[in-house]
Amino acid sequence: MMYDWLYNLTGSELLAMFIVSLLPLFVFILPFALLAVLAERKVSAHMQDRLGPMRTGYHGILQTVADIIKLLQKEDLVPTATDKMLFNLAPLLTFIGSYAAFAVIPFSGFFIGTKIDLGIIFIVGITGLVVAGILMAGWASNNKYSLLGAMRSAAQIISYEIPTLLIILTIVMLTGTLSLYDLSEMQTAYFWNWLILGGPAVGIQKILLIPLMMMGCLIIYTSTLAEVNRTPFDIPEAESELVSGYHTEYSGMKFAMFFLAEYANMFAVSAIVAIMFFGGYQSPFGYLGNTLGWSWLVPIEQFSWFTSKGVFFVLVQMWLRWTLPRFRVDQLMAFCWKYLIPFSFVILLLVGLIALI
Amino acid sequence: MRDYIYNFWQGLYTILVGMKVTLRHVFIPAVTIQYPSVKPQMPERERNRLYVNMDDCIGCDQCARACPVNCIEIETVKSIPGEDLGTTSNGKKKALWVTTFNIDFAKCCYCQLCVFPCPTECIYMTDVYEFSEFQRESLVYDFVTLLPEERIQKKKNYEELQIKKEAEKAAAAKKAAEEKAAALANKPEEPKQDNKEENK
Repeated sequence: MMYDWLYNLTGSELLAMFIVSLLPLFVFILPFALLAVLAERKVSAHMQDRLGPMRTGYHGILQTVADIIKLLQKEDLVPTATDKMLFNLAPLLTFIGSYAAFAVIPFSGFFIGTKIDLGIIFIVGITGLVVAGILMAGWASNNKYSLLGAMRSAAQIISYEIPTLLIILTIVMLTGTLSLYDLSEMQTAYFWNWLILGGPAVGIQKILLIPLMMMGCLIIYTSTLAEVNRTPFDIPEAESELVSGYHTEYSGMKFAMFFLAEYANMFAVSAIVAIMFFGGYQSPFGYLGNTLGWSWLVPIEQFSWFTSKGVFFVLVQMWLRWTLPRFRVDQLMAFCWKYLIPFSFVILLLVGLIALI
Repeated sequence: MRDYIYNFWQGLYTILVGMKVTLRHVFIPAVTIQYPSVKPQMPERERNRLYVNMDDCIGCDQCARACPVNCIEIETVKSIPGEDLGTTSNGKKKALWVTTFNIDFAKCCYCQLCVFPCPTECIYMTDVYEFSEFQRESLVYDFVTLLPEERIQKKKNYEELQIKKEAEKAAAAKKAAEEKAAALANKPEEPKQDNKEENK
């Protein structure tokens, strides 16, 4: 494990803890956010037959770096009519909420913040802070559009939490574990052990599970997409209606925090989908490290498998964003309550019955 | 119930159709032109900034008269004898010094009407369309190739010539008058005879 290895290396508990807790941020989230913002802009541009940023570096690859430098240099504006304390607290809370989720996400068998047994519940709980942060930002901004955005966001996230939790419950019922690490370890060896293909079970049970798992994957992907407020579920920041929702009044680094939180969240939910249905950090067909006998290569391979799965789902989110128009508020609620929730209940019931076989 | 399932299926299916469309567009080359570094291809008979080739200009003022917005301002000075202004590229002899040839591109409407009357085809449209300025006065282009001193010189030359001519004319007139007077003094009958003849 990373922590033990660092503890042996440095000899200091505090230092090892500190490094382990900061590692996902600096090794993963910041570079990921930089690349994802760039990818978002380039992907959207090419989907619309444009080129996107082209001036900064070769084909604009340094655009986001330049953006970050600009945001760091900006004056920290706080509008006079805001509730100062909440206004300053909101971006922090939002970012903490989305960053804390990374504590239990296993990047590889070797690199996981904590192996707590309640991994999924922890993620679902801690990302609730994001809702609080968003509501706080909307309220503190003292701006009707911000508040509208924040209210919509809260309503949306709370509604879509239900199908997410029901699917998580299905998985938990099937596998009997809440730990993301155990969940990943369970789907080891080959891709037909992934839960999307019925998991490690064999026989009639597996065949019956495949359509249900595919359905469940679709539902959890949709509902988590709604939870991170991205198109087609981006009514909280609907640009054409609400300027940009809860972060309208923010600028500079505080705005960057919201942005970072959004992209961290995007990866977190993609990672959850990848862990629950696509084997997490497990390779679909064995490891090169095991074949060659180089045990140090396995965690690196696992890390690259995990990130590529996560990034693939993030790219699908972007793909959806530039394909679909925004929902209306009533459509949003109808979609959640009339389609996703009944379907997830049916899946829960059927998987429960199959698990009894 | 049937509608419900159909809706669900329809939603799923149409999302996939839309995703297919957007994915296809990822591989279609972008239509963007990287403007300042890559210029768009302009049509063959584009009408942009005018240019005047002063080597060919004979100062005939036809372009200025053709201009519907009076954006061309031309002043010319006649050359004095002995000055060789050369010929234009199509063999016309130049006789006038062009001391002012201003085109105000803030007024110009790019109608190309000045181009057609030009006898020497010295005013024509170029492909330059990026000439924005911060001052409106900067859009007045001066095409005259003479130096400012030369322009004054040419005017002065002509004026001097005029004065000289006037003086010569005056002198000649004076001389003629004197001659006439002398003739009258010498032969006083002649005009009378003439008058008589005319009277007849």
